[in-house]
Amino acid sequence: MVLLLVVAMGLSMTFGARDVGWSEIVAALYGQVETIGEAAVASRLPRTLLAILAGAALGLSGGVMQGLTRNPLADPGLLGVNAGAALAVVIGLAWFGIEDATLYIWAAILGAGLTAVAVYAIASLGRGGATPLRLALAGAVTTAALSSLTTAVVLPRGDIAGLVQSWTVGGVGGATRDQIVPVLPFLFLGLVIALLSARKLNLLALGDDTATGLGEKVALARAMAAVAAVLLCGATTAVCGPIGFVGLVVPHACRLLAGSDYRWLLPFSALGGAVLLTFADVFGRLVARPAELDVGIVTAFIGAPVFIWIVRRRKVGAL
Amino acid sequence: MSSPSLLVHDLMAGYGERAVLDDINLTIPSGRNTAIVGANACGKSTLLRTLSRLLVPERGKVLLDGHSIHRLPARRLAQQLGLLPQSPIAPEGITVLDLVSRGRHPHQGLFARWSSADEAAVAEALEATRTTELAERAVEELSGGQRQRVWIAMALAQQTGVLLLDEPTTFLDIHHQIEVLDLLVDLNRMRGTTIVMVLHELNLAARYADILVAMAKGRIYAIGPPEKVLTEQMVREVFGLASRIIEDPITGKPMMIPLGRHVACEPSRDRVEEPTKNTPGAELRTWSDRHPAR
Repeated sequence: MVLLLVVAMGLSMTFGARDVGWSEIVAALYGQVETIGEAAVASRLPRTLLAILAGAALGLSGGVMQGLTRNPLADPGLLGVNAGAALAVVIGLAWFGIEDATLYIWAAILGAGLTAVAVYAIASLGRGGATPLRLALAGAVTTAALSSLTTAVVLPRGDIAGLVQSWTVGGVGGATRDQIVPVLPFLFLGLVIALLSARKLNLLALGDDTATGLGEKVALARAMAAVAAVLLCGATTAVCGPIGFVGLVVPHACRLLAGSDYRWLLPFSALGGAVLLTFADVFGRLVARPAELDVGIVTAFIGAPVFIWIVRRRKVGAL
Repeated sequence: MSSPSLLVHDLMAGYGERAVLDDINLTIPSGRNTAIVGANACGKSTLLRTLSRLLVPERGKVLLDGHSIHRLPARRLAQQLGLLPQSPIAPEGITVLDLVSRGRHPHQGLFARWSSADEAAVAEALEATRTTELAERAVEELSGGQRQRVWIAMALAQQTGVLLLDEPTTFLDIHHQIEVLDLLVDLNRMRGTTIVMVLHELNLAARYADILVAMAKGRIYAIGPPEKVLTEQMVREVFGLASRIIEDPITGKPMMIPLGRHVACEPSRDRVEEPTKNTPGAELRTWSDRHPAR
């Protein structure tokens, strides 16, 4: 997995919309930006870094969400959490004129948290509680509603429309160091909490009653895991826009490798997410040359079939 | 291992507005095997849920060695009181060993390593439930009976003095029901574990439990040894069913025979006790003799 990540990083530095010679790549890595090629490569470095961070955060957050909802379809994108984060950021931009990167992130986390709570509450309405299918439906409806709202907020604002449009597709292109640094503390905190909650997720996986019988405080464990998931995907969305399906696909793939123990599954999901998003970004740069395809579109193409496969394969509900 | 005592004092519990249990006072005898029986919706599962702190009572207390279980720290309580709920969930792909190992959770600190005590407890639990050979198998591949043994192994690895089980034999065929109940009796005899289980099947409860608790309408109808509790009057009043109680010819325990509507007339006692008034050749009569094809 680590090896795959190294390969992905290499590819990400090497390939792009512009062909660049090896000598220029090496020169750029040493900090030279004299030719256009070297400049292009230099811009790929923060971009690669962001892809790795965002992928890891989304993969991890998806794994945590699947564990805490005991739902194989949980994913920050599908559950509408990313869309909520996006709406909050757009509102912040359009109505409050926020410009500071840290404020972006707080807005996104707030939006993500509110949406997560709302979706879970909607899915829990009525008898039977939040079944996987209900949760997915509630997420889909919420996503649709929030996306329309986002559009409605942006529409009358020609000044921010272009900015928002490229951002809501979800991409890591054009990343700068100044964008990446402010999210680091949030991602780090999310990572630590997520890893600490791994054992709790292991118990939640046995059902709430059994978890309680084994001495776990179920509500507390859920809240802790939810905070981790929201921090991770909120912060990621603030920088990259809503990128879907990474959180869905990666933990499932990693289950095949790491089994059902969250103490292994979560680190694997982080690595796997980084690999997937980096590859997806490189792919997006290559298929549409000389233009680029945003990574959010690429992951949707990968993720949608996997989503269908998961739904068809399981009697949904077994996690 | 000396079992802690479990005491229920003046308990009232329910879901929301609806009180399911009322005025429950109960001493679960330490080191014995207790079965809770009663009609559907009589509150027997609710009682077990309250005993296992899944449900917080409206009023009253459940005391474990004199401490209220709803006040004890969750982890410490879990070291003394084990629980096997009615439908536990096995995550996809989990192995038997992994599942049973999770029973060690209450004995491990936040950063604690897997210790030799953990190792020994898991090995012993697998052995006791005869699931050692299944250790590397995935739980979902197992048969219903094997799966239930694995869940019991998980509860054993928890090494608690009290073990609560909610209908541990439901969904099992009769062979596996007996297998599970035999296993629980083994535990009770060999380790002195106090066992409290909700059972549907009256005759199995009378056969396997030292103490029967009969419940009706959210209250305790009777408590005592099966010989005292399982009576025709109890079956009539608790289950609304006419029955005969006879002595199990093998174990000497009471055995209930339901009458139902299709017993032509109330059979006299001596006919029930002496049912084999053989007409010659009666034992040769088969289903098809009695129901000749038209």
